[in-house]
Amino acid sequence: MEGGILEPSLYSIKALAILDNDGNRLLAKYYDETFPTAKEQKTFEKNLFNKTHRANAEIIMFEGLTCVYKSNVDLFFYVIGSSQENELILASVLNAFYDSVSQILRKNVEKRALLDNMDAIYLAADEICDGGILLEADPNAVVQKVAIRNEDIPLGEQTVAQVLQSAKEQIKWSLLK
Amino acid sequence: MMMLKRDKKEEEEGGGNPFSNLERSSVLQEARTFNETPINPRKCGHILTKVLYIINQGEIIGSTEATEAFFAMTKLFQSKDPILRRLVYLGIKEMSKIAQDVIIVTSSLMKDMTGKEDQFRGPAIRALCSITDTSMLQSIERYMKQAIVDKVPAVSSAALVSSLHLSKSSQEVVKRWVNEAQEAVNSDNIMVQYHALGLLYHIRRSDKLAVTKLVSKFSKHTLKSPYAYCLLIRIATKLIEEEDAGSSSPMFDFIESCLRHKSEMVIYEAAQAIVQLKNTTAKDLAPAVSVLQLFCSSPKPTLRFAAVRTLNKVAMKHPAAVTACNLDLENLITDVNRSIATLAITTLLKTGSETSVDRLMKQISSFMSEISDEFKIVVVQAIRSLCAKFPRKHSVLMNFLASMLRDEGGFDYKREIVDCIIATIEENPEAKEAGLAHLCEFIEDCEHTVLATKILHLLGREGPRTPTPSKYIRFIYNRVILENAAVRAAAVSALAKFGAHCEELMHSCIVLLERCQMDTDDEVRDRATFYVNVLKQQQRALSSAYILNGLQVSVVGLERALHHYTLEPSETPFDMKTVPLATQPIVEQKVRETPSMAGEAVSKPDKAAATRQDVYQEQLAAVPELANLGALFKSSQPVEITESETEYYVQCVKHTFSNYIVFQFDCTNTLNDQVLEKVTVDMEAADGFEVVKQIPCASLPYNKPGTTYTLAHLPEDPTIVTGTFPCTLKFVVKDCDPNTGEPDDEGYDDEYVLEDVEVSVADHVQKVLKPNFAASWEEVGPENELEDTFALSSMSTLEEAIKNIIQYLGLQPCERSDKVPEGKSAHTLYLAGIYRGGHDALVRAKLALDSSGGVTMQLTVRSTDPHVSEVLATAIA
Repeated sequence: MEGGILEPSLYSIKALAILDNDGNRLLAKYYDETFPTAKEQKTFEKNLFNKTHRANAEIIMFEGLTCVYKSNVDLFFYVIGSSQENELILASVLNAFYDSVSQILRKNVEKRALLDNMDAIYLAADEICDGGILLEADPNAVVQKVAIRNEDIPLGEQTVAQVLQSAKEQIKWSLLK
Repeated sequence: MMMLKRDKKEEEEGGGNPFSNLERSSVLQEARTFNETPINPRKCGHILTKVLYIINQGEIIGSTEATEAFFAMTKLFQSKDPILRRLVYLGIKEMSKIAQDVIIVTSSLMKDMTGKEDQFRGPAIRALCSITDTSMLQSIERYMKQAIVDKVPAVSSAALVSSLHLSKSSQEVVKRWVNEAQEAVNSDNIMVQYHALGLLYHIRRSDKLAVTKLVSKFSKHTLKSPYAYCLLIRIATKLIEEEDAGSSSPMFDFIESCLRHKSEMVIYEAAQAIVQLKNTTAKDLAPAVSVLQLFCSSPKPTLRFAAVRTLNKVAMKHPAAVTACNLDLENLITDVNRSIATLAITTLLKTGSETSVDRLMKQISSFMSEISDEFKIVVVQAIRSLCAKFPRKHSVLMNFLASMLRDEGGFDYKREIVDCIIATIEENPEAKEAGLAHLCEFIEDCEHTVLATKILHLLGREGPRTPTPSKYIRFIYNRVILENAAVRAAAVSALAKFGAHCEELMHSCIVLLERCQMDTDDEVRDRATFYVNVLKQQQRALSSAYILNGLQVSVVGLERALHHYTLEPSETPFDMKTVPLATQPIVEQKVRETPSMAGEAVSKPDKAAATRQDVYQEQLAAVPELANLGALFKSSQPVEITESETEYYVQCVKHTFSNYIVFQFDCTNTLNDQVLEKVTVDMEAADGFEVVKQIPCASLPYNKPGTTYTLAHLPEDPTIVTGTFPCTLKFVVKDCDPNTGEPDDEGYDDEYVLEDVEVSVADHVQKVLKPNFAASWEEVGPENELEDTFALSSMSTLEEAIKNIIQYLGLQPCERSDKVPEGKSAHTLYLAGIYRGGHDALVRAKLALDSSGGVTMQLTVRSTDPHVSEVLATAIA
C-alpha cells in the first residue's frame, strides 16, 4: 500500500500557486524538493492546468499529489500537498489563500487587479505559509497582517476592526511625521 | 483563426501585465534606485516587487548580481513605510540563499524583531532565521526564547515556526527551548497552539516515553485548535503502530473520541487514522466508516473526495465493513467530479457482489472517456482484482478490457490493461483463449514496441498449448511483415516456438522462418537462421533447450563473464556453466495488492533481487583470501542467528561455490561503550565438511556493521551436502568512551554463543523457471531417474505439503503447478532448478490426500548427474 502513516509534522504544504487562464504562472511557491528546477515546476503547472481548467471540480489527484483548486474569472488558485495529507487541511489553506486575495482585491478577483496589487499578494502568501508550514488560516488575520494601504476602501466595506486599525495607523503616522 | 486569437491575446497581455517582458538585467539595474535619498517608498516598492516577480518566475540570478541588489535593498531599512519594509523582508528571504554576506542585515532585523512595531516583529523573526546559521544562533537565542512566549500571536507563531526550520541544522540549540514551547501550547491562539505542539513533538520525538506523556496530557486538556488536534491524532497513530497496540490502547480511545469533534477536519483525520491502523477489526472500523458515510453526502467536493478515497482504502482490507455505504457510494457514481465518481465505482467493485458487476461495468463505460489516465489505471486495477475474485465473470470483464484497449490512452494505461489481461490468462485457464484473441487484435495496431514484444512472447509461450494453435500464426506473421525490427525479432522467436511445440505446424513454421532469412535487420535474420537450423534437426531435446526454454543465466553475469573472457584470451572455449544463474524473483502468491491511487509508484522488487547476487560476488571478490574460489553459485537470504535486541546482532549469508561454502557474518555491535576487535566466528564443522579459513573483522565499533567470513570445504562425497554448524562469536573487547568512541589500550578475549547455522539442500540449488516443463523433462531424459514414494503424515493439506517441498528443495515451481485448483484431492507439482556444478535438476511430485489425513507423495527426480538425483530424492526423507 502507499507510504502508510504520515510522519507527524507541521510541514503539510508542498506548493501554492496562482496561474492565469493560459496556465502561466503569476505566483508560485514551492516548499520542498518535489520539483527541484524551475523547468520541472513549470511543466507541472502546465499539466496541472490542462487537467483542471475545464472542470471546476475543486480537488484532483495529480502525479501522486493532492491538489485542491479554485478559479475565478481568469485566475486559478492551487494548493498542493502530499497524497496522504488530510484533504481538508489543504482545502482550509486554499480558502485562506483565496479569501485573503479576495479581500485585498476588494472582491475583484481577476488578473488585472491581482497584478496591480502584486506586492500585497506576495505578502499574503508569505503570511499564509512559511516554508511549507501553515502559518495563518484565518483570511481576516492575514489581511490585517499584510496591512495594505487601505485608506481608500469605502467605509461600508470595512469591518469594525479594520476601521479601528486604519484609524490607529493614521494617528500613528501623523504623530511620527 | 488560431493566429488571430493569439495575436489579440498577446496585445491584451502586453497592456494588462506590467510584469510581462521584464528583463533580469534591467530590473536589477533599476534596483540601484534604492540607493537614492530620500527614499520614495512607492517607487522602490514597485521595483522591489518586480525583483520578487522575476525571482518567482524562476529566473536564475548570479551571486554577484544578487549581492549587489541585496546591498542596495538594505538601504531601504531607512524608510518606515510598512509595505516597503515587509517587501524588504521577503527580498531578504528570497536572496538569502544566493547573495553573499547576507548576515549584514542581522542587526537591522534584530532591531525590528525586538522593536515596538508589532507588525514588523513576526516577519522580521522569520527573515532573520532564514539568514542565521548555528554559530550565530547563540547570539539571538535569548530573543528567540522571549519571542516564543510573546503575547502577540503573530510573533509567537513566527518564532515557533522558525525554530522548527532552524532545528534542521541546529537541533541541539533548539532543544533547549522546550520549556518555552511547552508554555506556548497553552496559548489561546489556535495557530500558536498548533505550531507549539509541532515544535514540542519535534524536540521530543525520539523519546517515546515523553511523546506518550505528551499525547495523554493534551488528549485530556482540551486543545482549541483543530490543526493541533489533527497533529495529535497523527502522533497517537504513530505510537499505536510502533507499539502494535491495536484498539485496546488508550490512544485509540482518544482517536475514537475525535470522531465526535465539531470540526470536520478533525473528524476526518481521526477516521483516516483508524482506517490506516493495522490491527483493527471490523468493529473498530465501524464508527469511522459511519462518519465517512455521512461525509459522502456532503455538498463539499473535497469532503466527498476525502471520504470516498478513505472508504476505498477500507474496502481493500475489509470489504464487508464498507457494504453499509453501498447506497451512498452509488449516488456518487454520477458525481460531477470524475475523480470522486471513479473512486466510488472502484470501491463498489471491491465490495459489491457478483451480480452487480455487469451493471457497474456498464456505468463505468459511460464515462471512461472523460476521466484522466491515472484514474483509468485505478479502474483497470479494480477490474484486475475482480477477475481474481469472480473468475466466472471473466467474459464480461475481458470484453470491457478489450474495449478499453481499443480506446485512446497513454502507454502506462495500455500497459496496465495488457498486464491485467496477461494476469487473468495466467490465473484462469478458461479466460485464456478470449484473452489471447483480444491481445492478438491489439497488436494488429499497437504503437508501443515494448507491449508488442511482450505480447508476442506470451503468444509464443501460451499459443502452442491451445486447442487450435494455427490461428495465432497469422497474427504473428503479420508482425514480421509490418513492424519495426524489435517486434519482427520477437515475432520470429514466437513462430519458432510454435514450430518446436506443435509437430503438425513445424513444416509451415520452417517455411515462414525461411522467408524471414531475407530480412533487412541482422538480429531478425540471425534468429530466423538459427531457429530454422535447430528445427530442421527434428530433435525434441534440442528444440527444448534452444527454443522453448531460453537462457537461464543472469544477463549482467553473462556480460561480465564474456568481458572477462575477451580480456584474457585462452584456448579453452567459453563455459556457460561459469556464469551465475539468473536468480528468480520471488513469485508473488497473490495478485499484486492494488495501490488505491494512481500515480503512486508501485515498488519494483524484481530489479533488486536480480542484482543481489552480483553485489555479493563483487564483495567476495574484494576479499583476497576468497578471490580464487571460482564463480559464485548461490547466495542464500540472510538469516538472523541472534535475537535482534541483543548486545551483538549477527546475520549469516551462505555463499555456495562449486567446492566451497563461504559463511558471511554481518555483525553489529549495539553497545556504545565497547569496541570489538579481531572478530571471528568459530564454527564446528559438520560431518564431512572442513573449516579451512577464518577472515576476521579487524574492528567493530558501536553501530557500524562489520563482516567476518568463514570458509569451509564441501565434503568429498558428493551425496553428503547438508549439515549443522554450531557457531561461537570470538573477539577482543575494549571498553571505550561512549561519546568519543576512543578505546582503552587494554582488552580481553571474550566469546558469545550464536545459534546454529544449517546448510540445507536448498543452498546447493538455484531456482530456474522452465517455461515448458514437459519439454525439459524429455530433454533431460530418464537416464538418471530416481523414484520413491513418501507418506507425509505431518501435512494435512496439499498446499501445506507443496509449500514445504518447495522450501526444502529450493526449486522453482513451473507451469503454475504450485497452485492447487480448489477441491482437488490429488495434484502434480513440477519443480525445476540447477544444482551446484551446473547440473539440471527436475522434480515431479505427485501428491494425493490419503484417507488417514496425511499426504502421500510419489517423487520422481531427473537430473544430468546421478549424484544429484540421489541427493534430491533423499532430501525429503
